[in-house]
Amino acid sequence: MSLVIKGGTLVDATGTRRGDVRIEGDTIAAVGDGLTADRTIDAGGCVVSPGFVDLHTHLRQPGREQAETIETGGRGAALGGFTAVVAMPNTDPCMDSAAVIREVIEWARTAPCDVFPTAAITVGRRGEALSPMAELAQLGVRIFTDDGDGVQDDRLMKRALEYSVGLTPFTGGQSVTLAQHCEVSVLSEGGSMHEGEWSSRLGIPGQPSEAEELMVMRDIALARATGARVHLQHLSTEGSVEMVRRAKAAGLAVTAEATTHHFTLTDACCADYDPVFKVHPPLRGDRDVDAVKAGLADGTIDAIATDHAPHTRDSKELPFDQAPPGMLGLETALALALTELDIPLETLIGLLTWRPARIAGIDDVHGGPLVAGHQANLCVFDPELEWQVAGAAMASRSENSPYEGRTVRGRARHTVLHGEVVVHDGEAQR
Amino acid sequence: MRHLLSIEDLGAAGINEILDLSDTFVEVSGRSIPKVPALRGKTVAWLFYEDSTRTRLSFETAAKRLSADTMNFGVSSSSVNKGEGLRDTVETITAMGVDAIVVRHASPGVPWQITRWTDACVINAGDGWHQHPTQALLDCYTLRQHFDSLEGRHIAIVGDIKHSRVARSDLLAFTMLGAEVTLVAPQTLLPPSLEGWPAKTSHDIDAVLPSADVVYLLRMQRERMHEALLPSLREYRAGYGLTLDRCALLADHALVMHPGPMNRGVEIDPEVADLDRSVVVEQVANGVAVRMAVLYLLLGSGVELTGGAR
Repeated sequence: MSLVIKGGTLVDATGTRRGDVRIEGDTIAAVGDGLTADRTIDAGGCVVSPGFVDLHTHLRQPGREQAETIETGGRGAALGGFTAVVAMPNTDPCMDSAAVIREVIEWARTAPCDVFPTAAITVGRRGEALSPMAELAQLGVRIFTDDGDGVQDDRLMKRALEYSVGLTPFTGGQSVTLAQHCEVSVLSEGGSMHEGEWSSRLGIPGQPSEAEELMVMRDIALARATGARVHLQHLSTEGSVEMVRRAKAAGLAVTAEATTHHFTLTDACCADYDPVFKVHPPLRGDRDVDAVKAGLADGTIDAIATDHAPHTRDSKELPFDQAPPGMLGLETALALALTELDIPLETLIGLLTWRPARIAGIDDVHGGPLVAGHQANLCVFDPELEWQVAGAAMASRSENSPYEGRTVRGRARHTVLHGEVVVHDGEAQR
Repeated sequence: MRHLLSIEDLGAAGINEILDLSDTFVEVSGRSIPKVPALRGKTVAWLFYEDSTRTRLSFETAAKRLSADTMNFGVSSSSVNKGEGLRDTVETITAMGVDAIVVRHASPGVPWQITRWTDACVINAGDGWHQHPTQALLDCYTLRQHFDSLEGRHIAIVGDIKHSRVARSDLLAFTMLGAEVTLVAPQTLLPPSLEGWPAKTSHDIDAVLPSADVVYLLRMQRERMHEALLPSLREYRAGYGLTLDRCALLADHALVMHPGPMNRGVEIDPEVADLDRSVVVEQVANGVAVRMAVLYLLLGSGVELTGGAR
């Protein structure tokens, strides 16, 4: 069966133009005017872009299926316009062995979104010994991370980076990347929000900006020393953004992501002690938000990531300092980027598609241009549609959206995964 | 106002209203049978997640003098120990039909969270480093017994400001009533940011004492040494302790206050604690009357507490 997406504005790495997209099987067959097919999907008034790629998703399976599963998280991703998500390894058991990675890949087969598992850099994410990186790379892992806990030990991190350079025989020549949650734990230990004016007033122990910045600084230095690819996750401070800007100017193989919440929310949100606003790294100040936005606008930051982190209602009703950090993001990322970022549409779509796809090493299949012969992974979104965020209405098993009740603009209308319409008119098809 | 969560919510008018009413309950406490039927039929529950002897006994005495029934949800001996969550506990107590929940918790903000799950009045008896509004009220009441007004008075709060709910509450209360406050502490024991705090700071207690009408000392906790915030208690005493020698710098009328329990020989010399200018025992006595006023206004008066800014 063939499919045509009709009447949209096409935006990809090659530019912006109007046209129809004809899909046969899992492949784009033609792009042009007046195309026809067995099935027609209306894209009038909409933007047609490559499917979004999230570099930072917590799907919670295995181990915390009451908060999320690969299926429910995958559905949320599809509804948010994503066709690929990179799954973080802080599951239980943790994704540090071939057995767990194989299971995750198997479970993900039926999800309405491609799931690319990361694997831990160290065994058990304990920061003590390297995981079997070559074996894991052979299974398809392209990003290694101890997400949630940056590798604290300087020597171990340096060894991991050195070792990662030699993994090409196990990847068919592709490079792997080490992604870091940058946080010096002895400086942030016990903290539950950004250290500053608000934490001082609220009496909540803080996590200072320098806890992040010291590790960003170290990892940039190690990237320089080893030549390895380092990806810095969820940058949240002005200082971090500036260091990455300089590292890129110096030609280092450093990339970075920023989450939607770090360019839309500040530490003032914690004033009512609602743990839904607790997240790591924490929501910071206005200057940091501005710096993250500027970093996204000028290319310093390569990708918008969600750090989608579902938590059950129970766990988000604990006292603020005991509640787990994290917030939902997959279904609101596009709208927040469109509503809050004052950047050209092509730049914005780059941050959601081809640039993260390159970092994840999946740009042969995802984020690719809308041209004949390419895999049909795409998103059709209405950039003007206004809607109100409601956690309960989301596909996620959890409801911990910090944007509850907020009116935002822009929503995915159709999502196409390998030629299959997995979201049609805002409704999940499976 | 339905709850007493932060001293900030009261404003100067609300604070004065409670202090005025406290006079009445000081009189009641002085009677041979110090008990009135004002809260007969009302039930007050204690929900103390953190050890407290003084505050709990003070509240309990206050409630009993008002003829309220009390129940203690002893955290260590209850379902909380079996893993019951905060919300379930609060909903359980509420279902039994209580009129007020007096809560103390080591985590800041818990009293705010609790208000979402109960229709009872919530009274904050201390939440982490954040607030302890009845302490601020009893401190203001004690000061009012010695000074006509706090307008223009200079109060030095000395010690571990960073980890102190007493400091956060008193600073707001004192300044709302017109006093000027200087926070005196080593930099490591000040909050990371003082942006928006209505106070001056100093590391030099000897320079501050001569102009102080009140020196308010905070308890120096031993565990701070383990966090490398201070080299030693000895060095703390040398730099910031109210020694007998330092007392000579104070004006004759200046008062010494402390929320208790005191570490004699650390933040305060034993002899200083026993000077006439030390009003620590008055603070404790006033605590009962002030808490009677709070319980009465929230539960028994039928009138809404004025409430201030915010």
